[in-house]
Amino acid sequence: MVDIPEHLLQRSAEARAKALGISVEQALAEMKGESDPTVISKEPEVKIIDETPAPAAETPAPAAETPAPAAETPAPAVKVEEKPAAKAPDSDAPDEVDFAPEVKVTQRLLTVVKAKPIQKSVSEPVDKVNTWPHLMLPEFVALMAMTAFLIFLSAILQAPLLEEANPNVTPNPAKAPWYFLGLQELLSYWDPQIAGVMIPLVLGLVVWMAFPYIDRNPETHPSKRKFAIMFYTFFLAGAGVLTIIGVLFRGPGWNWTYPWIDGIWFDDLLDWIHFE
Amino acid sequence: MQKLSLRDRIKEARVSAGDSFRGGKLMSSIFRPGSPFRKGYVDSPRNRSYVVMNNVLYHLHPVKVKRHGVRLSYTLCLGGLSFFLFIVLTITGIWLMFYFRPTELAYVDIQTLQTSIAFGSLVRNMHRWGAHLMVLVVFLHMSRVFYHGAYKAPREFNWVIGVILLLLTLLLSFTGYLLPWDQLAIWAVTVGGNMAGYTPVIGAQAKFGLFAGLEATTATLLRFYVLHVLFLPFIIVIFMAVHFWRVRKDGGISGPL
Repeated sequence: MVDIPEHLLQRSAEARAKALGISVEQALAEMKGESDPTVISKEPEVKIIDETPAPAAETPAPAAETPAPAAETPAPAVKVEEKPAAKAPDSDAPDEVDFAPEVKVTQRLLTVVKAKPIQKSVSEPVDKVNTWPHLMLPEFVALMAMTAFLIFLSAILQAPLLEEANPNVTPNPAKAPWYFLGLQELLSYWDPQIAGVMIPLVLGLVVWMAFPYIDRNPETHPSKRKFAIMFYTFFLAGAGVLTIIGVLFRGPGWNWTYPWIDGIWFDDLLDWIHFE
Repeated sequence: MQKLSLRDRIKEARVSAGDSFRGGKLMSSIFRPGSPFRKGYVDSPRNRSYVVMNNVLYHLHPVKVKRHGVRLSYTLCLGGLSFFLFIVLTITGIWLMFYFRPTELAYVDIQTLQTSIAFGSLVRNMHRWGAHLMVLVVFLHMSRVFYHGAYKAPREFNWVIGVILLLLTLLLSFTGYLLPWDQLAIWAVTVGGNMAGYTPVIGAQAKFGLFAGLEATTATLLRFYVLHVLFLPFIIVIFMAVHFWRVRKDGGISGPL
């Protein structure tokens, strides 16, 4: 027998009791097949679809509702043939359960489902604007401004081109590109194993990449993540100071020089700032 | 029937010619519905969506974005400008490749480019300053993301991709540094390559692999050239695709503070 939740059965029995004018207990007993169905004198005003009397196998008695397929049951072949074609051997289908075989009511109220969504929406509505034109127009202006700035810069600043490469003539000092100059400066303090490898590789790459996994604080407001901000700013300032020292304050032999006294040893800016 | 002045007749003819061209089969086949280049474009919410949806370049963007995200002071457009600088560098870089041979002739090629080729000097300058600018803008973009806490869940992995993109940007800039083949280039790369030699265990091998030998030679030049114009751009484009895709999938621009 199909397992029907108790509260649905109860509600269904109440509806049936109200329709037939009998007590709820009686209706429930009838539905469970424990007592004979009430025969009402007045014919219900519904259209009877199936005129043929329901076969005995379809009585709501639980024993008759065994889930075994019809072909395999040892029941007489006549009985099997009497079953309508729609009554497939799949007894799990709810339409097999006929609670009122005598009264052919084609529809009845089982339950009232309140109008609530099945899924609960998680996302909150957010204030959004159309990308076109509200984002794409400022973006376009930014691109145009950047292009103008780059062309202007390229028109006034000549990229450096020194003498042809010569492995036999070492310039003094030999400087790396500016974004590595902080590292080169660090190399002049510490052992290259530490300054040249451990710091850029471990701190610069591994820790930097893993930062979101280390910082598990979900807050985004600066006042609630003071340590993270301090940490980043500290390293940003450190890298900035080292790079500026490397670019401006280091001369021949990697000795300390003052750009306003001794000049700048940074060939990237060769055609930009003239000294001596 | 009222007779129109010559001026009105010309205007009418111009408008109807424009309409029949914009509404014609050619323009309708080139521009998809909702394009402002098609006839009958009106500013409606539907067409505003179509502008983004029906264009292969624009649909990198969502149809709608959070209102705070379009405030210039929130992102400063730094991510978009990084991408734009990459495009500028690609275009100028392809142009420079026409005049450059990664051999002993590299230095002469650069001299010729600067002195004898129309706009050669300007395009070279744009490529070089654009590269420095890109390193700077990518770095600023990272700092902006950090200070907004925009790397927090669910965007942790996109931060990892971002750090890889910064690294690739530095490598692209570093490999490009050698290509002019002047004293500045070769000695900067020598200093950088010697730093790689301090790697524990595989230091000597790393340096040898980078230089294609024991020191910077024309073999290094060819190696850096291939890395610069083909290998690293190929890799960075893949990572950029993942980066942009994750921005969308992780819910667009991060929330306001």
